[in-house]
Amino acid sequence: MLEKIEQANAKALQIINDAQPTLVDVKYAYEVFPGFDKKTILHAGPPIQWEDMCGPMKGAVLGAIRYEGLADTEEEAEKLVINGEIKFSPNHHWGAVGPMTGMTTYSMPVFVVKNEAFGNCTYCTINEGLGKVMRFGANNDEVIERLKWLERALAPALKKAIALAGGINLKVIAAQALTMGDEMHQRNVAASSLFLKTIIPYLIQVVEDGEQLLEITEFIAGNEQFFLNLAMAMGKATMDPAYNIPYSTVVTAMCRNGKNFGIRVSCTGDQWFEAPVEMPKGLYFPGFSAEDANPDMGDSAIVESFGLGGFCMATAPAVVRFVGAGTFQDAINYSKQMYEITVGKSTHYILPNLDFEGTPTGIDVIKVVDKGIAPVINTGIAHKEPGVGQVGAGVVNAPMGCFEKALVAIGEKLNL
Amino acid sequence: MNKINELFSQELKVINVGIESFYNSLIDQNVKVVNVNWKPPAGGNEKMLSILNKLNR
Repeated sequence: MLEKIEQANAKALQIINDAQPTLVDVKYAYEVFPGFDKKTILHAGPPIQWEDMCGPMKGAVLGAIRYEGLADTEEEAEKLVINGEIKFSPNHHWGAVGPMTGMTTYSMPVFVVKNEAFGNCTYCTINEGLGKVMRFGANNDEVIERLKWLERALAPALKKAIALAGGINLKVIAAQALTMGDEMHQRNVAASSLFLKTIIPYLIQVVEDGEQLLEITEFIAGNEQFFLNLAMAMGKATMDPAYNIPYSTVVTAMCRNGKNFGIRVSCTGDQWFEAPVEMPKGLYFPGFSAEDANPDMGDSAIVESFGLGGFCMATAPAVVRFVGAGTFQDAINYSKQMYEITVGKSTHYILPNLDFEGTPTGIDVIKVVDKGIAPVINTGIAHKEPGVGQVGAGVVNAPMGCFEKALVAIGEKLNL
Repeated sequence: MNKINELFSQELKVINVGIESFYNSLIDQNVKVVNVNWKPPAGGNEKMLSILNKLNR
């Protein structure tokens, strides 16, 4: 049995390492999701219904309904939900991912990331920037106007620029950014800059209006987390071909909906294994404390699922202080510990501060449960009330319960 | 004097395996100690151990 599992996990690792995630297009959600409609809202994490959603998720849902023009006020939007007219579905069920609340709706533009090695495509919305944004549950007119600008101005320009560029190889950008101090979850300073540097010659050619060009370049340049959504789509594009490998115990996705943490495992396909989310431990912006924090949320743990984020804290000294992870030695220890629960190492993403080792890659459910070491995730912390936004950043562990449930299911699947 | 009392009359050099608070207590008492970061497999959960043993065959 062990030999079959080891061979299957080696195959999963090879698939992850062979991935070639490339940004090929920006399209609208209605163009890429078959059967999608305005009354279906995609959210982060495993499945969840309205009554179980946390404050920011509910706030984002009400804003998303207004954004789609289905209601003029929050009260009208809530009435639609309570009357059962709005359907909720996880991003992951549509080949997509979304940060924090993860709202993806009919009219929203999405990055199309294609894994050129395997032909699969994944989708993620465009990062809205910092401050009051829908991913943290904000839903006022300013939030909706910004989303409309993304839809009507930024998305068409990016679409044309990406087409002119003939696609943008994201793996190259991410690998380079890792050597420049990013871990691609809470720090995307280098990756966002490299992305802008790559796309700017094409934006200049496709956006004729000077003021609009300035607005677009200022928006991208002003958001150090712009690349996060691309890193997430890369993660999903990288991991999706590793689903359904018989005997493989490699985790293919990790995500949270603000109530439960969910994981998927290769040999058990689309099945979710869930346990209550944990509270992140971290640093808070001035005026906020742990009492304000919302429980862990978002599809962004897909970044750790393919070995970045908290797994490569050793390469990102600046993020160690931002997330309150302690000393630089602690950051190195986090990364070293993740080698104990992974199948192998990345052949492309390297950690200069660990003597150029590849990042810990391919989380193995067996190793997680056996060693009692839970994957570490770097995360933003949302205020528990909708509309306030991000109040801090920190580190959180995936709950061990998910992995124990997965191990039981693996045992059943393999008729043990 | 029996052997155990002899041991404690000398300078102690301790290797602590597992529970970190034991290690910290000795540090607080200026005892030379090395800590081994160890946990029982699957945290000692018998159901998990049973599955792990079958998977490891």
